[in-house]
Amino acid sequence: MLNSTLVETAVAADRLEVSRRGTPVLHQLTFTVPTGAIVGLMGPSGCGKTTLMRTIVGVQRIAGGSLTVLGSTPDDPANRPRLGYVTQAVSVYRDLTVRQNAAYFAALQGFSVDHVDDAVAAVGLTPYADRRVEQLSGGQASRASLACALVGDPDLLVLDEPTVGLDPVTREELWEHLRALADAGTTLLVSSHVMDEAERCDSVLLMRDGRLLEHLPPRQLLERTHTDSMDRAFLTLIKEHAA
Amino acid sequence: MNPHATIATIKRILLQLRADHRTVGLIVGVPTLLLTLLYFVYNGSAVFDRLALTMLGILPMLVMFLVTSVAMLRERTTGTLERLLTTPLHRADLLLGYGIAFAVAALAQSLVIVAVAHWLLGVDTAGPLAWVLLVAICAATVGVATGLLASAFARTEFQAVQFMPLVIGPQVFLCGLLAPRDGMPELLRWLSDALPMTYAVKALQAIGRQSDPTTDVMQNAGVLLAFTVVALGLAAGSMPRRTR
Repeated sequence: MLNSTLVETAVAADRLEVSRRGTPVLHQLTFTVPTGAIVGLMGPSGCGKTTLMRTIVGVQRIAGGSLTVLGSTPDDPANRPRLGYVTQAVSVYRDLTVRQNAAYFAALQGFSVDHVDDAVAAVGLTPYADRRVEQLSGGQASRASLACALVGDPDLLVLDEPTVGLDPVTREELWEHLRALADAGTTLLVSSHVMDEAERCDSVLLMRDGRLLEHLPPRQLLERTHTDSMDRAFLTLIKEHAA
Repeated sequence: MNPHATIATIKRILLQLRADHRTVGLIVGVPTLLLTLLYFVYNGSAVFDRLALTMLGILPMLVMFLVTSVAMLRERTTGTLERLLTTPLHRADLLLGYGIAFAVAALAQSLVIVAVAHWLLGVDTAGPLAWVLLVAICAATVGVATGLLASAFARTEFQAVQFMPLVIGPQVFLCGLLAPRDGMPELLRWLSDALPMTYAVKALQAIGRQSDPTTDVMQNAGVLLAFTVVALGLAAGSMPRRTR
């Protein structure tokens, strides 16, 4: 049996160190992500957001410290059916239709085809379900990629910059959908370099140069920095940490 | 290993192939076209019969090597491979999926080239045609497996294509097609023994000569299968689940 702390914590990092080809990328990261929360992973390009996400989904080795994902080590095969990972680049088969892509990933996760239509509808692509991904716009293609992660009913959904290239209406719809998933118990880790999106999250991990600056709910972040925008809050924090 | 994931992968790769009519046309048509060209070059002389038979092993291996190495490279560069590795799909499921899906394509290709060779170009064998088909598919499977492995050494599709002459060239020179293996320096004969195409050619030559080539075909097909398994194993090692 899992004890209660494991069940309530989806991801726990303790002095996590990650190197890529010998170069240290992440330094001494310590944080927890509670089950059913939306946690934003924010920071400038190149700060290590993607590396952290890749480590959590188990495709990047750990150099030091510990990382617990869904009560187990990140590379535990038992985690794979419970994970959804959407990379920053559109990683679907562009020569297949949206539905064919979703059906493939559903089959890999052991789900039936019924889930496919739900996932395609969830990202608003039902009218385009039988179009090839290469015929879709950039935003539509990235939503097709998201549908392939939703189709497995993941317990932990890791999304690398899912809102890049989306228009405001679609972005709004997507965030509403992510919130609905969290309300149903899915844990979400969502990266973005648009600080305003922090407001959508339950808490925000602010990163810079591979280090964790803060882990706070967005409201507290504004209060603590005495600012009224996420952008300014982030800049204030950077100055504070540099000092 | 997860049979559902393997079957889903076979289906997905065949769907991709089906969506790409031009590639299907090239896979099925090019070897036959080349063989027909050779027929007219030799003006239907006896030399053609000998060449054509070995071509039925060489061309499928060559075409499938090229197609697979590029297909797998795409999987690596577009990020779909990394994504697949976060799912319950095992690496063996993916490689087997490619192996089987492209073997189906190889079957279509071999059916056409063997039929054209036999009925239109008059290539005759002492042994049964079904054996020719079997050897052609085994050769194609070796091409698929080595193609999957070669994709690990290429960063771009441009590089992947360059591996074709490197991997296939020496095999064509040393397989006994251009010069008999007996006349080669010892070193080259060893090298020839270490290359899969040699065994495809041996099997095909046996079918050409003997009315019952079962032993020779089985032996050489077994060697081709072993090459396939080893190359697939190495290919699995070339795609670590976790990067350093």
